[in-house]
Amino acid sequence: MAAKKTNARIAPFEAVGIIAAQSIGEPGTQMTMRTFHYAGVAEHVPTDLPRLIEIVDAKKTPKKPITDIHLRSDYRTEEKAKKVASEIESVLVSDIATITEDLERKKFIINYDEKFGKEMGVSFAKLCEEIEKVSLFGVEVKGDDKKIVIAPRSKKDKEVTLRQLRKMSTTVKSLLIKGVDGIRRAVVVKGEAGFFIRAAGCNIVGLMGHPAVDRKKIYTNDIKRMESVFGIEAARNAIYTEIKQVLDMQKLFVDVRHIMLVADALSSDGAVNSVGRHGLSGHKAGVFGRAAFEETVKHIVNASLEADEDKLAGVTENIIVGQTVPVGTGKIKLLVELGKKK
Amino acid sequence: MNNLHIRKIIDKIKFSIFSPELIRKMSGAKVTVPDTYDDDGYPIDGGLVDMRLGVVDPGLRCKTCGGRATECPGHFGSIELVRPIIHVEFAKHIYAVLKSVCPSCKNLTTGKGVPVPVEVKPAESVAEEVPKEGEQAVEVAEAKPVKKKKKVGKKKCAFCNEELPEIKFLKPTTFYKNKEELLPSEVRDLLTGISDENIKALGFDPVYSRPEWMVLSVLPVPPVNVRPSITLETGERSEDDLTHKLVDIIRINQKLEANINAGAPQLIIEDLWELLQYHVTTFFDNETANIPPARHRSGRPLKTLAQRLKGKEGRFRYNLSGKRVNFSARTVISPDPMISIGEVGVPQEIAEELTIRVSMNTYNTEYCKQMVLSEKYPKALYVIRPDLKRLKITDLTRTEAAENLKVGSVIERQLVNGDIVIFNRQPSLHRISMMAHEVRVLPGKTFRLNPTVTAPYNADFDGDEMNLHVPQTAEAQAEAKLLMKVEDQILSPRHGHAIIRPQEDYVSGLFFLTQEAAEFTHHEAAKILYTAGITELPKPDRKKNYSGRLIFSQILPPKLNLKFKSKLGEDIVIKDSKLMDGTIESKAIENELLEHIFMLYGAAECRKFLDSVTKVALEVITKQGLSVSIRNYTLSEKAETKLNDTSDRMNREIENLILKYKNKTLERAPGMGLKETLEMNIMGLTSRTREEIGKIVESDLSMANTSIIMAKIGARGSLLNAIQMSACVGQQAVRSKRPKRGYARRNLPFNLPGMLSARECGYVFSSFRTGLAADEFYLHSMGGRESLVNTAIRTGRSGYMQRRLINAFQDLVVWPDKTVKDANGTVVQFIYGGDANDPMLASKSEYSDVSKQDDIDTA
Repeated sequence: MAAKKTNARIAPFEAVGIIAAQSIGEPGTQMTMRTFHYAGVAEHVPTDLPRLIEIVDAKKTPKKPITDIHLRSDYRTEEKAKKVASEIESVLVSDIATITEDLERKKFIINYDEKFGKEMGVSFAKLCEEIEKVSLFGVEVKGDDKKIVIAPRSKKDKEVTLRQLRKMSTTVKSLLIKGVDGIRRAVVVKGEAGFFIRAAGCNIVGLMGHPAVDRKKIYTNDIKRMESVFGIEAARNAIYTEIKQVLDMQKLFVDVRHIMLVADALSSDGAVNSVGRHGLSGHKAGVFGRAAFEETVKHIVNASLEADEDKLAGVTENIIVGQTVPVGTGKIKLLVELGKKK
Repeated sequence: MNNLHIRKIIDKIKFSIFSPELIRKMSGAKVTVPDTYDDDGYPIDGGLVDMRLGVVDPGLRCKTCGGRATECPGHFGSIELVRPIIHVEFAKHIYAVLKSVCPSCKNLTTGKGVPVPVEVKPAESVAEEVPKEGEQAVEVAEAKPVKKKKKVGKKKCAFCNEELPEIKFLKPTTFYKNKEELLPSEVRDLLTGISDENIKALGFDPVYSRPEWMVLSVLPVPPVNVRPSITLETGERSEDDLTHKLVDIIRINQKLEANINAGAPQLIIEDLWELLQYHVTTFFDNETANIPPARHRSGRPLKTLAQRLKGKEGRFRYNLSGKRVNFSARTVISPDPMISIGEVGVPQEIAEELTIRVSMNTYNTEYCKQMVLSEKYPKALYVIRPDLKRLKITDLTRTEAAENLKVGSVIERQLVNGDIVIFNRQPSLHRISMMAHEVRVLPGKTFRLNPTVTAPYNADFDGDEMNLHVPQTAEAQAEAKLLMKVEDQILSPRHGHAIIRPQEDYVSGLFFLTQEAAEFTHHEAAKILYTAGITELPKPDRKKNYSGRLIFSQILPPKLNLKFKSKLGEDIVIKDSKLMDGTIESKAIENELLEHIFMLYGAAECRKFLDSVTKVALEVITKQGLSVSIRNYTLSEKAETKLNDTSDRMNREIENLILKYKNKTLERAPGMGLKETLEMNIMGLTSRTREEIGKIVESDLSMANTSIIMAKIGARGSLLNAIQMSACVGQQAVRSKRPKRGYARRNLPFNLPGMLSARECGYVFSSFRTGLAADEFYLHSMGGRESLVNTAIRTGRSGYMQRRLINAFQDLVVWPDKTVKDANGTVVQFIYGGDANDPMLASKSEYSDVSKQDDIDTA
């Protein structure tokens, strides 16, 4: 097998970038619409072309952020993990109570829902406590009915307008009572190394504050967050993992090398770039290369203004001027001595 | 080209702004007349088609260089603008400069940079490097309270202590200084006089692009070659859009001049000035925001400079990135399983038209002479003499041409068998959409293609057309032969598995051939093997007869040993190139046999194997026959009852769920509403039911059924197809949910509002064989429409994604030191793929652990 391995070596000057781009782009047309269902965590997570485009575009947040939260070794039992999950999961006021507005009397009422409250592990007392923490005025607790009546007053103790009232009630609705902000629907999943938690939403820093969470092993499909918290190497690995996942789900074979090259190229300058005109293609070296891609006039105008030079180092630039392309066999140059006739 | 020209290689291209002096200097003629031709149809001197700007009509000579229409590339002219005009494309940048330069002392308003020595006014402000609080202009590091103060008092220049004006920019070309409109001449005055250091600091270049050049005082007139006029059949001349625009410019320019000279009121002059500005603006870009596009007489917007360059049909993408070629052909493709996969059948007519250049040397003198002298098919069409003169060979010139042939002459001969050509089908999504084939001249009018090679081209024969290109130089031919041959592309660079492989009926043929029971008489065996070119039979292994496996073994390359599990779960054993055990199916051939033969015996051997294996399979399947009838999809009564039971059970369960849902006793799934839970449960139930039905169908139809055989061995179709045809089409989905749309709370007018049952929500109980009921048909068509629309959208989206991917990565190349670098020389990967192996050749078993970078020999 040793001989075989040497033969498999990549040819020097092979245009691996083009091959990688083709290998990932070509199956795009074959992808069937498919969404993945993380039981209980999120439905219809796109795992087809839209997701792939999302990754190479380096979108700020994915459509459906998912976080895998691994736990410290002594928390990896189902029971303990479930406990952690319920502690992590964010509970908003609207999850455990309904809010009715009394527009005539300029107040709104929070009706605690016993059933949901118990399910989420938030008692009425806890709810009152949290609400009192944020509102400075007019909180009236009616313990028997499990109701909180808030009659807000404005700064100068004037009556509030209806618009202000509505604004306040919506703020209260999304008030975090418990758990980590942004983490919704935490579900315990059995993994290779014991149980871990999978949750919708993403808040790596918030999760790190929980003592049971293994800080080094939080993974999210939100590549930009991975980059900002764990750094560029983690982001590269996240890009790789995410592209691979899409292709695997579609049962499309693509060699890992192609995916690795794409991940490396997207993260090569220390930040995650996108492939479009605002990313890698937008700040390529050659003026012609950029002009031929998109925003033709803009690039030419800017180049003339800066007295820019096109060194003709890229593929497009050389095609434009009609020269051999600097990849593959086009990179090999032979010098021939001229003028000597036999 | 064949002779040794010293070809110039363009090393770099510099961009800059033309200075007015340069425009005047390179101008071939001052254009002053807003007209083109005079009454005799002769170009007017000083007009827009002045003969000093180049000529387009044949016969005339350029007055600048003396060249004819074909030789002269054209020369720029110029228009002296009476008043300066702002160049639209630079307007944004002018604004930026105006904001950052002090109008009185021309220093940077940031307070940084080298002050202009001549313009220094009060000595103390220069001495104080750090200006006092309040005097400061826009300093980023400034503390907040100061900023608030600035709002009250006006900003002052850090150098000359003059108040900085407030500059405003109104798109596209208007500027205001302290709410007063600036004339372009004033703008130009503000831009002139900035020191070279400051010009550099602003991002300009003091030699190649000075800010003041962004305001035009002379307008370059593009050569006539850029804007040729066309003569209509009526003899009428129709000018190019650019010429029209230039006519407008000159006309207004003249009017403005006349008015200025006549001492017209300022208001009228400014009106005309603005009109001139409009015309120049639209000359550059006729899609400028906020101004109406200039239109042709017919109402069509003019295509001016920016429009010519922009977009898919613009100069860059249409003419520069993609070029038209000669020596190519295109026609419909049709299948020919008898030619090799490395060949392409070329129609006689095309072969006679296409040519290849052969340069004569001392070794092929006879051949070239004979080609020139030949009067029928393989003949030379042209001779290019050593002095590069091109001569057509006709009956009259033939003998003379042959006599004059000498070493260094080049002949253009017709395409013959064995020539190398590049064959291509669009969309060229990957590199194997273009492969090198050998020519096989055949009668007929279509390109012939072995059906086995359709996979990389993604071609079929329902009317597809393909292109053929003939590489002309020896270098190009050698590259095509060494790198692009079909046989070298058997394995896909995407995943290293075989992409050129037997499919469909070939697989069925091989399956029947290699079945345990397959037996052939001496006569049959000889016939089968003869198709693969094997003329010697081995000793029969089944008394007088030959087993199929023995026949199959004959086409295997020598000394092949393999053992693997087949798709059907059997062990396939090949020992010393003899198929001992197991029946061949699709995975066996593409993932095991082909890959191994390619790796161990090389591309040529693999091609030979493919050629013979497909021919053998074809012979077998032709003799054996394989047909499908409606009976294939008719279930037995027993299975039919089972099927009904399953469906009924599902219905009952769904009813149960609905009941629970209505009573609110349904257990809510975590993080989901009650309705969502119900839908999820029902969807789960329907898909489980389909699996059950699948089992019933599978066991009832069994391996005796041709459809099932084809599905199982991977020849064509799937079990799902069989289920849908014979038993039950199953749940339809719209946006991966049960269809719920149409009428108020119901899908169809006769459903009850709030419907939830299986049938009402798109479960199709009928099979394709029995036919769908009207309501089922309707809901089925909803799902069908969705997927149709989806594919239409997807092709566009994925095409654009691929364009972007390729554009972003096209310059990445592996260097001999195994690093991957881009065009700048930035390293993207230190070792390509972690192990520097070619994805095509490194089979998957070898790259199981690429993350380990240790075992790389860096020798």
